[in-house]
Amino acid sequence: MNTIEPQGCRPRRLTVGRVGVYAFLLTAALFILLPLWIMIMTSLKPMDEIRLGNIVALPTALTFEAWSKAWSSACTGLECNGISVGFWNSVRILIPSVALSIIVGAINGYALSFWRVKGANVMFGVLLLGAFIPYQVFLYPLVRIFSMTGIYNSLLCIILVHVIFGLPTMTLLFRNYYLGLPIELFKAARIDGGGFWSIFFRVILPMSTPMLVVATILQVTGIWNDFIFGLTFAGRQNLPMTVQLNNIVHSTQGERAYNVDMAATMLAALVPLVVYFVSGRWFVRGIAAGAVKG
Amino acid sequence: MSAVSVRDVTVAFEAFRVFDGLSLDINEGEFIVLLGPSGCGKSTLLNAVAGLLDVSSGQIWIGGKNVTWEEPKDRGIAMVFQSYALYPRMSVRENMSFGLRMAKTPKPEIEKRVNQAAETLQITHLLDRRPDQLSGGQRQRVAIGRALVRDASVFLFDEPLSNLDAKLRNELRVEIKRLHARLGKTTMVYVTHDQIEAMTLADRIVVLKEQKVQQIGSPDEIYRCPSNLFVAGFVGSPQMNFIKGRLKGGDNGLEFVSGKRRLPLVGYQFSQKQRADGEVVLGIRPEHLTVADVGTWSDFKIDVVEPMGADTIVWCSDAEGSLQVRTNGCKGSAPGQHLALGIDTTQVSLFAANTGERL
Repeated sequence: MNTIEPQGCRPRRLTVGRVGVYAFLLTAALFILLPLWIMIMTSLKPMDEIRLGNIVALPTALTFEAWSKAWSSACTGLECNGISVGFWNSVRILIPSVALSIIVGAINGYALSFWRVKGANVMFGVLLLGAFIPYQVFLYPLVRIFSMTGIYNSLLCIILVHVIFGLPTMTLLFRNYYLGLPIELFKAARIDGGGFWSIFFRVILPMSTPMLVVATILQVTGIWNDFIFGLTFAGRQNLPMTVQLNNIVHSTQGERAYNVDMAATMLAALVPLVVYFVSGRWFVRGIAAGAVKG
Repeated sequence: MSAVSVRDVTVAFEAFRVFDGLSLDINEGEFIVLLGPSGCGKSTLLNAVAGLLDVSSGQIWIGGKNVTWEEPKDRGIAMVFQSYALYPRMSVRENMSFGLRMAKTPKPEIEKRVNQAAETLQITHLLDRRPDQLSGGQRQRVAIGRALVRDASVFLFDEPLSNLDAKLRNELRVEIKRLHARLGKTTMVYVTHDQIEAMTLADRIVVLKEQKVQQIGSPDEIYRCPSNLFVAGFVGSPQMNFIKGRLKGGDNGLEFVSGKRRLPLVGYQFSQKQRADGEVVLGIRPEHLTVADVGTWSDFKIDVVEPMGADTIVWCSDAEGSLQVRTNGCKGSAPGQHLALGIDTTQVSLFAANTGERL
């Protein structure tokens, strides 16, 4: 009898199950990618071609006109300066909101985990409760509060709102990460004479890189994609890109310019997309590093 | 004046009282080891002394000063942790100088002290590395170095060697002892569950169990005259043999009787006068039993032989149960053989069966 002695790598075999798995994965990927494909194709076609209705087809007359129109001359209501205004508004809202909410969340998490303040658990519970109440509930009271203090409809107002609503998640994230760090580090720093701030900035924060990356990704995408807060609190001068996009799509006279709509949408989605592509690796690594003792 | 004095201290976590009125005096320059199984409160006590844990009542004095309400940094202490607790994002030099930098010590002084400590611990070549580039033993050396730099009068060690492998543990143990001798008047408080570390390092050992002090004494006292059954069983490896029996009045004084086994207690130092007919537990260390052809107790059969190199542990049993004997030879040590045991009566311990206290 001629049998092969098993040795080294086990031979791979294509089984029915394996084919099924690949088929499923492929379908799932297509399902997600198809709308994106249609959007990109539509944005690159002139209107004549779109009217033919072949939404999946490649453009025959490739044009970037829709993109430049969406960026600089599409009408968002009365003004026709494109979505670029909204883009820069969003950037101005995004940067301070992300930085502030992360640093405040980190400090919160640090105080709740290492210093074991009296009533820390109750405070944390209340903060978490905030995360589970729908945002819409807060809108009216917040509008009243801000208008009474006179900062309603301003950049400061929208930044404050983002920081406040980012707090529960950011605190939770950092608190849990810090609970995973060895408490001895903190004790050693206290014996070495560190105070609340010096321990935070010199010992704890430098160890928080993985969580800082995760928090940045969460906050950038969250704040960039926000619509309702921007619409409610930012004021006409500071409307973020998402609101402007909505205005472009809904304020067309006559023929609906699908290619411009698609291009504007792509532009609005670009920042989170770039963040994911650039930091996706870090994102996964950050979560893993948080889970296993680093 | 004592270097560290714990006076009637109670530590409580909410309703649970860890210590209730515990007092302990540690002399200047002394090496004290707090020894006990996990959960006995030894680390809690150390943390309370360090000021990392608030005491509910009582006082803590260090160097003749009441430091009960002082911050850890103001207590003149340095601490070494089991997990090393090195700041991962700092180099070894930065780790060691962190405390001094926090205290705003002038730069040349920092430089001098770090270099000195590094030399003492032979880690000068590691000064610019990061903790993750060091081995376990090197990390613990750095952690000790960080404590050394602080120039503290009291050193607190929280199981510093428990994360190391056996060889490194022995090396560093000797190093710590050497360090204590070199520093002269520095007091060291060392927490461990390892009785070998306790025996080898301590001037005095404090044995703790369930948050209560069981015995305080020199390693020799603890080993030879354990104050109760717990201490007797916890200290010493292999464990002390315990034999249940009763005291009976014999021809010349009291006699221990357990079934066929009898032992006249001539030369045993009772702590107080004993009446006959009490239930007792006799404790004999394995090395105080000798293998003989004709001994005090006979008719033993060897069950298991464990050669350990320097000596051999022989497990043997008779009708009453089994005993461990430490012998230094391999003579006559094969399972199934018969032997008799000789006992040095002056070396045994007797405990009351009901309270576990030494008689």
